Amino acid sequence: MNTDTAIQTVAIWQGPNIAFWMISLLVLGSGSVAALSRSIVVAAFSLFFTLLGMAGYYVLLGSSFLAVTQVIIYVGGILVLLMFGILLTARPMQRDPKDTRWLYLLAGMLSTLLFLMLAYLIWTIPWRAGPIQNPPAGDVRPIGHALLTTYLLPFEVAGMTLLLCLVGAAYLVRRRER
Amino acid sequence: MDHTILKCGLAVFALPLVSFVVLGLFNKRLPRRGDFIATTAMGLALGLSLYVFWRAWNDPRPVLVNLSFAWLPMEVNKAVLGGILIDRLTAVMLVVVTLVSFLVHLFSTKYMEGDVRYGRYFASLLLFTTSMLGLVLANNLLYLYMFWELVGLSSYVLIGHWFEKKSASDAAIKAFITTRLGDVGMFIGIMVCYLQVGSLQYGDLFAAVEQGGLSGAWRTIAGFGLFFGAMGKSAQFPLHVWLPDAMEGPTPVSALIHAATMVAAGVYLTGRLLPVFDPPSLLFIAYIGGFTALFAATIALVQDDIKKVLAYSTVSQLGYMILALGVGGYVSGLFHLTTHAFFKACLFLGAGAVIHAMHHEQSMSKYGGLRKKMPVTTVCYLLATLALAGFPGFSGFWSKDAILADVLAFAMLNGHWFLVVAGFSTVFLTAFYMFRQFFLTFTGKPRDHHAYEHAHESPLPMLIPLIVLGALAVVGGGMGGWFGAMNPAKSGVEQVRGFREAGFTTPLMDSVVEQAHEKEVPHAASSEAHGDAHGEEHGPEAEARHKAHSIAMGLSTCLAFSGILLGAAFYLQRKDGKTLLDPGRVAQRCSLAHRILWNKYYLDEVYMACFVMPTRALAVFCAAFDRLIIDGIVNLAGWCGWAWSYLVEIFDRIVVDGWFVNGSAQTTAYMGRQINQSQTGYVRQYLMLTVLGLLIISGVCAYAFYGFWQP
Amino acid sequence: MNATLLTSAGLSSTQPVGLLWYLTAAAILFALGLTACMARRNAIGILIGLELILNAAILNFMAFWRFGQPSTHDPSMEGPMMGIFIIVLAACEAAVALAILLNLYFNFGSVEVDKANRMRL
Repeated sequence: MNTDTAIQTVAIWQGPNIAFWMISLLVLGSGSVAALSRSIVVAAFSLFFTLLGMAGYYVLLGSSFLAVTQVIIYVGGILVLLMFGILLTARPMQRDPKDTRWLYLLAGMLSTLLFLMLAYLIWTIPWRAGPIQNPPAGDVRPIGHALLTTYLLPFEVAGMTLLLCLVGAAYLVRRRER
Repeated sequence: MDHTILKCGLAVFALPLVSFVVLGLFNKRLPRRGDFIATTAMGLALGLSLYVFWRAWNDPRPVLVNLSFAWLPMEVNKAVLGGILIDRLTAVMLVVVTLVSFLVHLFSTKYMEGDVRYGRYFASLLLFTTSMLGLVLANNLLYLYMFWELVGLSSYVLIGHWFEKKSASDAAIKAFITTRLGDVGMFIGIMVCYLQVGSLQYGDLFAAVEQGGLSGAWRTIAGFGLFFGAMGKSAQFPLHVWLPDAMEGPTPVSALIHAATMVAAGVYLTGRLLPVFDPPSLLFIAYIGGFTALFAATIALVQDDIKKVLAYSTVSQLGYMILALGVGGYVSGLFHLTTHAFFKACLFLGAGAVIHAMHHEQSMSKYGGLRKKMPVTTVCYLLATLALAGFPGFSGFWSKDAILADVLAFAMLNGHWFLVVAGFSTVFLTAFYMFRQFFLTFTGKPRDHHAYEHAHESPLPMLIPLIVLGALAVVGGGMGGWFGAMNPAKSGVEQVRGFREAGFTTPLMDSVVEQAHEKEVPHAASSEAHGDAHGEEHGPEAEARHKAHSIAMGLSTCLAFSGILLGAAFYLQRKDGKTLLDPGRVAQRCSLAHRILWNKYYLDEVYMACFVMPTRALAVFCAAFDRLIIDGIVNLAGWCGWAWSYLVEIFDRIVVDGWFVNGSAQTTAYMGRQINQSQTGYVRQYLMLTVLGLLIISGVCAYAFYGFWQP
Repeated sequence: MNATLLTSAGLSSTQPVGLLWYLTAAAILFALGLTACMARRNAIGILIGLELILNAAILNFMAFWRFGQPSTHDPSMEGPMMGIFIIVLAACEAAVALAILLNLYFNFGSVEVDKANRMRL
């Protein structure tokens, strides 16, 4: 299969692939910063970029609706929430003291191990995947259709869950008599 | 077999037995403590015995009833046999026992009046009478031995009647133990008989002797053994020591037991089993008897207590009977037994009357001149004394003369002149000491005036027995002829035949009679050794006997008279209160001899040193051994238990509580504390551990279930 | 590796990037998120790691959906649906988490997770 190898090398640099590699770079880079930086604010900001990068991934994978949902909710909601959290619990800029380095190393080692295992699994299990095809045209209509037919129950449950969490969170942070 | 006589015999036995049970259980509640029941029962028994005697007198057969029954069934065809025998000897013994017992009961109603254990006394008398009757009615050695022991027991109870007196209880124990010694020998003899013959029935024993089943050394051993029992019960030397001490009991008891009946049991046994004894045993018997007669008579010469004199006299007279049986004089021995029973019982009851009158004073040195106060008693006592001394015409004379004749005839044929010397000298001594006693008690001046003032004649219930017995002492000699017809000098085969005809037979007895039929040898003529001195009317024994008879009669009369005269010389006081010869000076001159005799040859002291002290030392040693060693071992066991429990406690405390219980708790706590340190509360750590665990599990699963894919 | 696999992986001349790369990217992201969870002292840092993990999961779902479609005319919308629901749930969870975190802050005075190592008496 020598020709395949040659072809592989060529294929990497084609159009969609470039997008993939660039988005990967963004995601993984900001992801690393978000995970490993010592400052929490820097981490939060780089998370912002990570999430945006994820939206890009979703576009590449053919679901633009999901990408938009991701930006709106994840970035515009959850990340803002996190920012609020940081704000409310701000302390003078605290750097992690040096003695927690070993913890990072240990965690890093474990994660690496886990990643290695996952990689092994990914690359050795014969996935039953078909040849790549063109992505579907528009996906808002099918999503809306599915929400109310196949995924009706999860839809309703999700709504309920949202309500519960809202109420719960509000209750948890109620003002108490001090 | 005569059923009427059998029933009479059983009734005679049953009457005192039933009365004993009634009195034993109810005497406290009965009026007069039931003494009338006892006396009436004995009176009825006496009547029945006289009937049996009359029937035996008139019956030509030697054995009237011989009934055996399976008393204890054991294996399929074997049983321990019991049985009843009534022949002429039994008839005589029944009369003697019931008569004396009845008279003693009557006497006791007055003598023991007011006694603290009046009812028990009569119950014991009845028990004794029952045992004695059982003894003479038995037809086998087993029953004989059984009743023998019962008689011993009753004697113990009666001697120790006043057991609050230490001397009385000691005397009872002494009597029991001394006779027990004899009983051991008797038991050995019985066992030898059983081993050799296989049966204890008299008929079988005689048959075995006839056939040779019991012979040689075994027969000698059996003979000696059985005679040992007789020695114990009949108080022959050296087992005579209990009889004088037995005078601690009430005097009517002495009259019944120690004059007439129990001590006669030994003589009865010897006489009954005479065919079983072989010449060596018979010689031994004769010598013991002769020696005892002389020995006891010498002691009686110097005694002060009225009852002790009579006791030693009894021992001496029993010696006579044993001597007679030893030389083969079956008739003379048993005849003397009967006459002795009568006059000795009379003497004892008379002594009892005197003691009662003199307010329980028994020492003859305080007596004197009682004939004026107690005339009837004096007369009866004199009659009995004359009989005992052997004054011609009285019953004692006839029986003693018969014995002496037999002894003389025996000596003339076989030597052994010691027996003759012993026998005849005892006549002299007997006469002397008996009249010493009589003169001291009833004649002369009273020595204790205070007691003499209060002396009186006895009441009627006490006098009647004296009179009856006194009369019998006089006329009892008339029975001599009948005794002569009773002797078993007939051959052994004839005896066995007599037993068989009276009802009971065994294969052994059958075979003996059959053999005799076949042989047709005139057994009648040849008798065993010298065991039949009174053979048929021909033969050397009979000739000797005839010659001896006249000599004996003359010599004994002379000796009796001289004894009486000498006694009178020493003790019969003239008008001035002095005697012809002074006994006190004689005692001083022969002080050593006097002292020896007075202390009964120091025999009690010898026994004490030789037997009693070692036994006591052994007992002390055994007690110390028991206390130190046995108890020490027990205590040691106890201590071991304590020590073990101590160790167990330590083990329990240290190991079980410490290691297991506390230890496990502490280990768990320690482990918990150690593990607790992993509960840091750090969530991140938890998460890391979770991830680690996840990795491990995944790895294991991947390897275990899927192997590793080859890329 | 055989040609089919490579083809599905997208390593062929006429095909764009394939399944395996997306999966790999998701795996890396997951590992990063796990690291953040484990190693961060600040509670919000842990939440950030959690968001990373969740996003990695969504990426996984989308990748499998995209490369498992039989045809484009009637697509079954598992991928995006899962994505939507996960996002919704992530939002709920973030809200509640923050509420708890605020409580933590008010009770212990700081947001550091190490400070909350004891049950409150």
